Amino acid sequence: MEQLESQYQKILSDYMTDQTEKNLYIAQNFTRQLIQKNISPEDVVSVHKNAVEKLFPRRMSEEQLAYDFLIEVMVHYGMAHREHQSLLQKQAEYEMEMKIATNIQKTLLKTDVPQLSSIDIGMISIPIRKMNGDYVHFLYNREDFLSVAVTDVVGKGVPAALCMSMVKYGLETLDYAYKDPSYVLEVINRVIEKSVDDSMFVSMFYACLDMRKSILSYASAGHEPALHYSAKHNEFFPLESTGLLLGVLPETKYLYNEIVLEENDIVVMMTDGVTEFRAHDEMNSREVISSLIMENKYLSAQQLCNLLYKQIEEIQDFKLSDDFTVVIIKK
Amino acid sequence: MDMAIHFKELDNKLYGFVEGEIDTYTASRLREELEAVNITEGLEIVLNLSKINYMDSTGLGVFVAFYKRTLRENGKVKLVGLSNRLQRLFEITGLSDLMDIETDKKVESRK
Repeated sequence: MEQLESQYQKILSDYMTDQTEKNLYIAQNFTRQLIQKNISPEDVVSVHKNAVEKLFPRRMSEEQLAYDFLIEVMVHYGMAHREHQSLLQKQAEYEMEMKIATNIQKTLLKTDVPQLSSIDIGMISIPIRKMNGDYVHFLYNREDFLSVAVTDVVGKGVPAALCMSMVKYGLETLDYAYKDPSYVLEVINRVIEKSVDDSMFVSMFYACLDMRKSILSYASAGHEPALHYSAKHNEFFPLESTGLLLGVLPETKYLYNEIVLEENDIVVMMTDGVTEFRAHDEMNSREVISSLIMENKYLSAQQLCNLLYKQIEEIQDFKLSDDFTVVIIKK
Repeated sequence: MDMAIHFKELDNKLYGFVEGEIDTYTASRLREELEAVNITEGLEIVLNLSKINYMDSTGLGVFVAFYKRTLRENGKVKLVGLSNRLQRLFEITGLSDLMDIETDKKVESRK
């Protein structure tokens, strides 16, 4: 420190006698030494004060107090400045982690739509923000069984994504039990209930199609009812089934339902981001969806999904307020 | 859009009036306000939701969390004044079988 002080005194004194660029340049280089030795702003002021005191002892008596005051100010300024710097650094770190988490989620929770010869499957899932709170999981065994889980996790961002990974691995470990929808929901409910906080839960519509017998069994855990278009009746029927959201109570039972799926029938499974028309609560969204599908029932399942998204986005003035997911199966 | 909640204590019951829109942006404030409620044993809490003109599932989460805490701390909570739309939301999610809920109509017919 003493060495720095005498150096600074020399630089200051040179500058006071001769205000040249060269002398300024020397001062500039000196700041590098200060940074290297981790000298705080208040110590720099103190170094300056001591130098002035030695060079101009007579002036100092008047300015002594002002310098002491400045040192005090700099102590606090230095602390605030360091805190600000460390926050900026932390923020950058968080952003980096968020980016990594988004990528992991994309890889982990990527859904591949199965291509089967006996049934036409379409899907669209558009997140409103970076992380998708909706998730679709397909399980199938060649031309034997196809099961679909459409889920919506309440809560957004990283906690929601973590919760979703749990749901995914729960579903993956079900093995052959996936043929019984009410059992599936009961198992996943126990998994989620144990591990999430009170305000986090998941809604799920789970359906399993026995392709040989053409029977669609389903159960719902607090999820938006699916729609069943019966070609024979040329009419829509809601696949209503009430059951509590997953993750609220540990021992919850879910109702088992089944329907027969006939030639040209369509089943539409969706999340509440599809049926919730925030700006137009006078419209019955389920009727809108039904008539859109009715008018375009000859399109492929994927084309129907895309059309629904396009039309509903337009109705909502391109301001969707939630993640949007539709799965359509056509026989 | 905004959300507000006011509390009033009357005859050992705590009445809460919630109004406005409850979505991802306002839900955290509602959660804080409800978390700040001191639940004493046997306290009855009545939350009036008739002035809510929009609520998404995040809002639902806040009420579920509050319901679970009240139960744990031996209090009671009742939701009243639900519009048809909110009623439907609680029905679909299976929460109406779990929680004590009164619709708008029942409240009106008592007057």
